[in-house]
Amino acid sequence: MNMVKSHNRYMILVTFFVALVLAIYPIGSTNGWLRPEFVPMLVIYWVMVMPQQSSIFSLWCLGCAQDLLEGVALGQHAMALMIVAYVCLLSYQRMRNYTLWHQTFFVFVIVGLHQLVDNWVHSLQGNAADSLVFLLPAFTSALIWPLVWLVLERIRVSYRIG
Amino acid sequence: MKPLFSQGPSAASRVMSLGAVALILILLSIYTNLLDPVRARLSTLTAPLYSLVNAPGEALSWTQDSLRSREQLQQENASYKAELLIHKRKLQQMASLAAENVRLRQLLNSAEMVKDRVLVAELVGISPDPLTHRVIVNKGRQHGVYLGQPLLDAHGLMGQVVEVSDNTSQVLLITDATHALPVQVNRNGVRAVAEGTGDLYQLQLRHLANTVDVREGDALVSSGLGQRFPVGYPVAEVVSVTHDPGKPFARVVARPQAQLNRSRHVLLVFSGARAETTVEDPAP
Repeated sequence: MNMVKSHNRYMILVTFFVALVLAIYPIGSTNGWLRPEFVPMLVIYWVMVMPQQSSIFSLWCLGCAQDLLEGVALGQHAMALMIVAYVCLLSYQRMRNYTLWHQTFFVFVIVGLHQLVDNWVHSLQGNAADSLVFLLPAFTSALIWPLVWLVLERIRVSYRIG
Repeated sequence: MKPLFSQGPSAASRVMSLGAVALILILLSIYTNLLDPVRARLSTLTAPLYSLVNAPGEALSWTQDSLRSREQLQQENASYKAELLIHKRKLQQMASLAAENVRLRQLLNSAEMVKDRVLVAELVGISPDPLTHRVIVNKGRQHGVYLGQPLLDAHGLMGQVVEVSDNTSQVLLITDATHALPVQVNRNGVRAVAEGTGDLYQLQLRHLANTVDVREGDALVSSGLGQRFPVGYPVAEVVSVTHDPGKPFARVVARPQAQLNRSRHVLLVFSGARAETTVEDPAP
């Protein structure tokens, strides 16, 4: 299906591995809500830059891996990532034309969607957040998005990932 | 490059079908335990990542341990020796008290108390999800850890094992919003159910009538009624009792005795029949 030859695709896996590590890195119980959601941010980036080559199924597996790691209900992050990937697939052309600060709003909305699914699954288990505090990670993700974008752009260009 | 004629199912249908599979998985893992063996198998694979994440902290504590001056070590050693002496004195009384307890129990014709066996474990991870209070300890099926096994620290009850893989296991803390355990007031034996609130410093006693004798400062110990936790381990201390005439029950808030966000060395307890059947000695 791919007409272009793939090049250095393994680096994408490496970035996702780092994102998973950051997702479980201990940061203390009091600031747990401030942790940016790196995995959906990376999904946004990679779907945006190479939408035709991104495989939905491997994103689904990535979500399941995160569920296993975090010890939450199996499928929780998988489903959230499906929604993130779908929204990004629909809007990557628009997203590429946005300025960086404009993108941060977009990231806020998409990671917020991700958090909404997360919180919905938690509410099935009876431990939903009792306020809008579950949207805080979306806010911190949006704040850190320019940095994430620059670093990933740097990696993509220097390794000529394609 | 976008191929001119795309092949295979469209992205939307793939997203829909995989999303549906994910939804089925979610419902299965919440409402049934069909997926538990799969999870246990797969979490053996993901466990090494936690040790990787833990490495910086380990390195830090290693440097703190090994870059210590001789005087500091001597001081520490002296204080440990003093502490040991105090504990040993308490133990001397303990032996005679335990013997007396056994005799009294024989007089009452009640069952003999079984001594619990413990396994020392270390915390290797904390659940990154702020809504769930779970920790990961470095002992698993290979060390005889089983589902529902109680976990203690030096100060009190911490939680119970909910997932066992080969070398690690996940423990649900007593403050998780989905956890509840039977307790009794140490002073007068009033029984209650202590429920987690999702706050690391708070437990609530459920359905306690306004007339029940519970006061601030009461110690709550496990009552062993659920047959999951052994009897008599400290759980929490009552910090406030509010009687609201408009409410059918009193609002009793307690603070867990265990240092849920500080303890690194923890104890897994083999209670009841499990303590007798397993022969190996506890780890040092």
